[in-house]
Amino acid sequence: MANYRETIAKNVAPLLKDGDFVNLGVGIPTLVGNFLPEGVDIILHGENGSAGIRGRLAENVYEDAGTFLEWERTHKGEMTDYTVGHKDLLDAGSRPITLVPGACNFDIVTSFTMPRGGHLDKTVLGAMQVAQNGDLANWLVPGQMATGMGGAMDILAGTKTVIIATTLTAKNGRPKLLRECTLPLTAVRCVSTVVTEKCIAEIRDEKFHIVSMYPGITEEEIREAIDADIIFDDNMQIMVE
Amino acid sequence: MKNKVITIDKAMTFVKDGCSLMMTGFGQSGSPRHLIRALSKTDVKNLHTISDDLGVAEHGFDQTISALVNNKQISKAECCFIGQNPEASRQYIEGSLDIDFIPMGTFAERIRAGGAGIGGFYTKTGIGTLVEEGKETKVINGEKYLLELPLRADVAFLHAYKADRAGNAIFKYTARNYNTVMATAADTVILEAEQIVEIGDIEPDEVQLPGVFVDYVVEAEEDIL
Repeated sequence: MANYRETIAKNVAPLLKDGDFVNLGVGIPTLVGNFLPEGVDIILHGENGSAGIRGRLAENVYEDAGTFLEWERTHKGEMTDYTVGHKDLLDAGSRPITLVPGACNFDIVTSFTMPRGGHLDKTVLGAMQVAQNGDLANWLVPGQMATGMGGAMDILAGTKTVIIATTLTAKNGRPKLLRECTLPLTAVRCVSTVVTEKCIAEIRDEKFHIVSMYPGITEEEIREAIDADIIFDDNMQIMVE
Repeated sequence: MKNKVITIDKAMTFVKDGCSLMMTGFGQSGSPRHLIRALSKTDVKNLHTISDDLGVAEHGFDQTISALVNNKQISKAECCFIGQNPEASRQYIEGSLDIDFIPMGTFAERIRAGGAGIGGFYTKTGIGTLVEEGKETKVINGEKYLLELPLRADVAFLHAYKADRAGNAIFKYTARNYNTVMATAADTVILEAEQIVEIGDIEPDEVQLPGVFVDYVVEAEEDIL
């Protein structure tokens, strides 16, 4: 498992289907865009006002302020091409992006009408904790981390299918898949599926159903890493390497 | 139609100590960088800001709201996300900057309510979380919703790619973000534009922000376009 982040992203990608309108969160979820199957038509939503994101520009464009400001000077105003980039065309992480033909841009009220109103099919987000009833915590560690919830709560309030892309355990080794979340929640009973580097778990009947495992990983390893009710599916699948 | 173009110095006279200030922008895009830079050179303090975030400082892009954070000109902020400005996190944890975090869709809709004469609305966003605490809830069609109230400001700073002298404006790509809604929800609305054209030069059906919402127009300087 050379690159666990890529492993997770590669295994989320097949869960996105032809015609889906999808929001990808920051971090591992953003990587999913790199692994979408050929010929599958998926529209990516950017909550800052895009439907039809192609991807980010090369990192050297924004690695330092001077380079970025210089790039802006040559990609501004009327000199515009959504397939090349523009200083006013960014993703929710403030990185320059390009769009696909047929894409559109809109204001923030319209942008949040999409998830909250049930118009978005799927979202892929990171997690600090997921509970077996589908509760998600991913925005606040009291006294330690305060970045704000951004748009996550609104996206979770109305999006039909919520996929979590995360490592199975935290950096300190503690389980992230729990009976109950101990951190402040982002939303209640919202998660459908959790994709980790070792297994894929579907949440049904307040249990984690392990439906797929990474080659070489044992049931024992999974049991030790999850502090919740789990069931190993009879028809166990093998994750993409 | 009235010519609303003023100098950036004149624009600064509308921002007073302790006033509430809306600023557009989602990170870099659509941020009124020229107005912010001018404000960062004044002595105005104790600002109550209402903005998506508090700037993007991680790559040294200090011409967004991070300039006001660095100067400690903000005492209270209502915003959604500060993950791209470590200095804002530092001031928040230290206690010198009071932040009220609001879910982004709720934030946008509260501003819309404030600008549209709507006294509040019920939303499912935040149910079962810290956001619900202290708020009235109501079951509608069998589902629980919470009441959110409108949000307005004394002054709003906006950024357009192009505007005419009457304030009719056009935005590029994702820079539209909060511009169209914040323009409706402040007592004094100041729009900076990269390009100012004569009244009549923009086709009526190409206008994205009606000039009737804009009080003043300021020309953005070339250097940080």
